[in-house]
Amino acid sequence: MARTLSLPSKSKKTAAKKVARPAAPKVATKKATPKPAQAAAKPVKKAPSKVLAPKAAPKKAAASKGKAAASTTGIAAPAKVASLDFSKSPFNASLKPAQKVGFLREMLRIRRFEQQALKYYNQGIMGGFLHLYNGQESVAVGTASLMNGHDEIITAYRDHGHALAVGMGMNECMAELFGKGTGCSKGKGGSMHFFAPDKHYWGGHGIVAGQTPLGLGLAFAIKYKKINGCAVAFLGDGAVNQGVFSECLNMAALWDLPIVYVIENNGYSMGTSLERSSAVNGSLAKRAEGFCVEWATCGGFDLYELRANLGAAMERARKESKPMVLEVSTYRYYGHSVADANAKKYRSPEEIERYKTEYDPITIWQNQLLKEKVVTQAQIEKIDAEAKAEAAAAAEFGISSPWPTEESIFEDIYHEVDHKTEAGQTGRFFFSE
Amino acid sequence: MPVITYRQALNDAFAEELTRDENVFLMGEEVAQYNGAYKVTEGLWERFGSKRVIDTPISEAAFLGLGVGAAMMGLRPVVELMFWSFAYVGFDQIINNAGCIRYMSGGLINVPMVVRGPANGGTNVGATHSHTPENFLANTPGLKVVCPATPYDAKGLMIASIRDNDTVCFMENTLLYGDLGEVPDGAYTIPLGVAEVKREGIDVSLIAHGRAVLTCLAAAEILAAEHGIEAEVVDLRSIRPLDEETILNSVAKTHRAVLVDENKPFCGVSSQIAALLAEHAFDDLDAPVLRVTALDAPAIYSMPLEKLQLPDAQAVVAKVLSSF
Repeated sequence: MARTLSLPSKSKKTAAKKVARPAAPKVATKKATPKPAQAAAKPVKKAPSKVLAPKAAPKKAAASKGKAAASTTGIAAPAKVASLDFSKSPFNASLKPAQKVGFLREMLRIRRFEQQALKYYNQGIMGGFLHLYNGQESVAVGTASLMNGHDEIITAYRDHGHALAVGMGMNECMAELFGKGTGCSKGKGGSMHFFAPDKHYWGGHGIVAGQTPLGLGLAFAIKYKKINGCAVAFLGDGAVNQGVFSECLNMAALWDLPIVYVIENNGYSMGTSLERSSAVNGSLAKRAEGFCVEWATCGGFDLYELRANLGAAMERARKESKPMVLEVSTYRYYGHSVADANAKKYRSPEEIERYKTEYDPITIWQNQLLKEKVVTQAQIEKIDAEAKAEAAAAAEFGISSPWPTEESIFEDIYHEVDHKTEAGQTGRFFFSE
Repeated sequence: MPVITYRQALNDAFAEELTRDENVFLMGEEVAQYNGAYKVTEGLWERFGSKRVIDTPISEAAFLGLGVGAAMMGLRPVVELMFWSFAYVGFDQIINNAGCIRYMSGGLINVPMVVRGPANGGTNVGATHSHTPENFLANTPGLKVVCPATPYDAKGLMIASIRDNDTVCFMENTLLYGDLGEVPDGAYTIPLGVAEVKREGIDVSLIAHGRAVLTCLAAAEILAAEHGIEAEVVDLRSIRPLDEETILNSVAKTHRAVLVDENKPFCGVSSQIAALLAEHAFDDLDAPVLRVTALDAPAIYSMPLEKLQLPDAQAVVAKVLSSF
């Protein structure tokens, strides 16, 4: 069974144009097309339990190698997503029209939110870093749609999409970007640090891969407290090269922690393509094999495909308390951050344009819903107009909100001080005059 | 009152808290089945089981980060570093995550975690195992730093640290683990940020934390017996929060201050105390503030030379005499 669920695009076209994911190692384009029927039938490969057992002998783990090697790479050219039907997956078959339209609304909200932010950033009204998620919206929306109320998620610094997807308000998020006191972190975190523990969203973390052990801690707590949930920790393709992520995979397997590490592979760790930053044998996710952690890859452009694969991974994590690595191919339209001066130098304008026109997750989903006749073009336009209006209003809210007060500089540092507990009263906590 | 070791006092604190609060768990390298590299957690795995007392792989960054994540969810991890020197491979997790998440989330999250282990030189193990990072950690607003010198303080401060809702970096000392002292049965707490005058005096204030407090007490006996100088010994106990009032009150009484610190001199804990005295005790002082610290070089392996690197009673006595 092929582990890779994304299809390479029609290989002739890909090979001829050489615009397959620039990140793809050369071997990728030589891979055979996996059999769609097989992939669709069982989205997530369930490995023999021996492979998953924490103390599996290396030989057992190696047993799956052959299969993995036979699969195509997760960083292969993006699928012609419509060519594979994931709509019948158990995670998609029962979706109601209203839910499907809801996903579209959420993706549009994220895109319009960020485009609004970009406008003010470019005008110099908004500062900081701004890592835009444009092009990847399906991943966050798909994930949030699968959360069961007890699942916990955490991500890195490209976090606006996840924040809005779990239900954070545009106003508080936009105000945070402007550094205002009404921001979700009271202007203390900025773009990279949105949090909403009440929505099971634990940030928003600025140091590459620094969030990966925190995700492990979430999974640990879920297991410790016997909660029927799992943790989903996102990381980028660049983060897999941080040592701590490898440490996490080992511990996740060793202790059977219910965590899904989702590698959002957009092909570039800042300005360095995957090809130039990672030694790859087939896929990044495959590295999990060395830690006896189950893995899979899938395309992230089609919500059905994403939901089918991630849904299965999360369910497995909840039911079996096992870790998994899921590598999702995706693409960002903007630079690493808006301050990325070389955004259009390390990849061709043609490549960016091709993703925008052929692999845009919102367009793909719109077309899908139109085809299913669950939405009309007029309704789409209305939803989009509402998203734009909401984003514009959020920007107004952010701009008109007050700055944080000077006193707030010394708030939210120590819980005991903030809450004026006995422990917060003894000794000096802050040393500036 | 029972007389037990510093090690046993800590062990008793863990047992008390593991029993009291099911969210408390111990984690670290060799803390469970091996009974702890320094036997501080001896018997706890047997008593509380694998869920509560957990051996980790040698992956400090991951298990420190795991502690942060679990603490965000309301658990109370007590994470052992076999040596605080090993924290350096996991500094990102301590500084950026444990130290900054509360602030960056605008107060939505807190990290009630204890990171503990020995932080001392003087054991003939070379520079990489002899670091005293209390100054680095206390330099991060959001973290608390505690350095107990006696068995009584170790237990009371540990229980307070486990119950604290912020991250506490708890620094022990392998040279103190075997020290005996009176420690009450049962749970009690010593608040963080409260120093203690370990010896009353009128002529000079010796200000120290951790093992240097014992060095000061020994020096004070020599000063009294041989030089007629009554030294007051102030044990900081907690570096951050810092009990400035006790320090300033002592110096206002004695008019002299000698800071004794196993930390390095440059930007060390004693530098902070010296700045405090310069700002707030200038009019009280009859002599310059003096310091006896670890020598400003990496910890040397060679045993007799290593002894020279750390403050001892004779060095403190000499420094005190030089101020008169």
